[in-house]
Amino acid sequence: MPKYLIYFAQAYPNFRRAELESLADLYGIEIDLSHHDESNPFIVVDLESDDAAKKIMSRSILGRGIYELWGSGKDLDELHKNIKESVDIETKIKLYKNGSFKFDFVGYKGKRDVKVRREMIESFSYLAFEGPIRMKNPDEVFVVVEEYVVPGHGKIAETPINMWFGRQIQLSSRTENILDKYDLKRRKYIGTTSFDAELSLVSCNIGQVAPGKVVYDPFTGTGSFLVAAANFGGLPIGSDIDPRILRGKSSQCNIPTNFKQYKTDSLFLDILTMDFTNNAFRSNFVIDSIVCDPPYGVREGLKVCGAKDPAKAVGRENVVIDGEKAHLRKDFIQPKKPYELSNLLDDLLQFSSERLPIGGRLAFWMPTANDDFEENFIPQHESLELVYNLEQEFHKWSRRLLVYVKRDATEYKGETSNGLKSNHIKHFRDRYFKGFSEKSR
Amino acid sequence: MKFLTTNFVKCAIKTCDSSLEAFPLQYSECELVQEEQEFNPEFICHMLDRLDWQAVIKVAKDLGNTSLPPNKPEDIDPIMEDSQAILRDLHTLLVETRIVEGKMICRNCEHIYYIKNSIPNFLLPPHLC
Repeated sequence: MPKYLIYFAQAYPNFRRAELESLADLYGIEIDLSHHDESNPFIVVDLESDDAAKKIMSRSILGRGIYELWGSGKDLDELHKNIKESVDIETKIKLYKNGSFKFDFVGYKGKRDVKVRREMIESFSYLAFEGPIRMKNPDEVFVVVEEYVVPGHGKIAETPINMWFGRQIQLSSRTENILDKYDLKRRKYIGTTSFDAELSLVSCNIGQVAPGKVVYDPFTGTGSFLVAAANFGGLPIGSDIDPRILRGKSSQCNIPTNFKQYKTDSLFLDILTMDFTNNAFRSNFVIDSIVCDPPYGVREGLKVCGAKDPAKAVGRENVVIDGEKAHLRKDFIQPKKPYELSNLLDDLLQFSSERLPIGGRLAFWMPTANDDFEENFIPQHESLELVYNLEQEFHKWSRRLLVYVKRDATEYKGETSNGLKSNHIKHFRDRYFKGFSEKSR
Repeated sequence: MKFLTTNFVKCAIKTCDSSLEAFPLQYSECELVQEEQEFNPEFICHMLDRLDWQAVIKVAKDLGNTSLPPNKPEDIDPIMEDSQAILRDLHTLLVETRIVEGKMICRNCEHIYYIKNSIPNFLLPPHLC
């Protein structure tokens, strides 16, 4: 199989492998990333074709680009030697002999000045491309990729420690400025619970959102995951217990207008005011992916419909106003009661196990305090296989993107468990506001 | 609320889960608007696969439209010329027809839900949770 060089961004390195593996799996492409080193933004992989390379990189948020590898070395001489000695170099040169082309440079933590670049391009003259050089839209871009190590604070790296030469196959959506496009600062309707653009897009990639597939966010808020899902062609539908956040600020500033802003409104399904624990979707409505950030209660305490004090609420269903039962009137406001995160996560896993098709994914974020986290706090369901547990660390706490795949009951049988519940883990919110002090444990 | 969404939702009360009467809900006193939206034939095709056609007919009737064919359109292909008219009609019905205000009533338990500001509300009073 041909070899390709992948160049990653220096962002969330522990999420890289999950993103590319998930995209490869979605498109039925085989890729082995087990040798990936989180401290290094480069990796060489085997892929079946340029087409496979294009597919996995075009949607990637954490990758920057992928290149067909022609050679590598510690310095320029070694690089040339490696290219010249490669077995298929003659075939490669022939393939691109007459097309238009240009040379480009990619440097990690360092770069060459223009004069040196020109000399370096000259040194590749043995490739003897005869096509015209075109700076705009050439048929092929040949790239010198270099890795530098900065010798110390405030110093500049002079020479690279590793060099690669290859043909550019695909730049990622990150390189094409998708993070700018979805930046919350530029989004019309946002709120205090809006999820940042980069990780909501990554969540959708790992959740395998795909064209024509229904994506559900049961805790939609301002719709951060919905717009991210539509970017990848998913058909998003969202619900939230708070009707005000769904309505938005005005007719020009709400969830549907965000879809208009990104020109994806023809993919948007709808939004509904709903308590996730009393779900109104018919049971045979197929949901292909569930991507969400459950309300763990830092901004607002976690609530569901119900009476806080059931004893006091007895008989209220018989209250009549103007000849109508109060709870059937349009202006009735349904009371809310506090609910435990551990119960909500149980509900989320159970719902996902019932609604996702075999192979469908659930991806959600879960907060954990670093001083008392144990792996068994991660909820498990017998028909959902946990495939990723990806941690984003903050000071004293973390949030984890947990990703599950619905499995066929005849082939997979896991164990249902909920460590939060069995270990009596207190509300994350209480500990957050007490600064994760010992006393609050 | 898009007309399309009426095809996905039933009564939220758990005791209605096993009732065939809880889907679709009955739509009454509805205020409708036609909101123009870009035509996306692939989107309609994806939705067509997922639609319960008998429920489409039922809800359309609630809203005063009795002209739908008795069976789900078949062999629809977004690139075929003769599918275009059907897809456009479905686009007008499913995507562009919006219920701005109205009632959704469960035919099983008679609970009333409301659509307010184009958003359906399925929150339940405590005794039905």
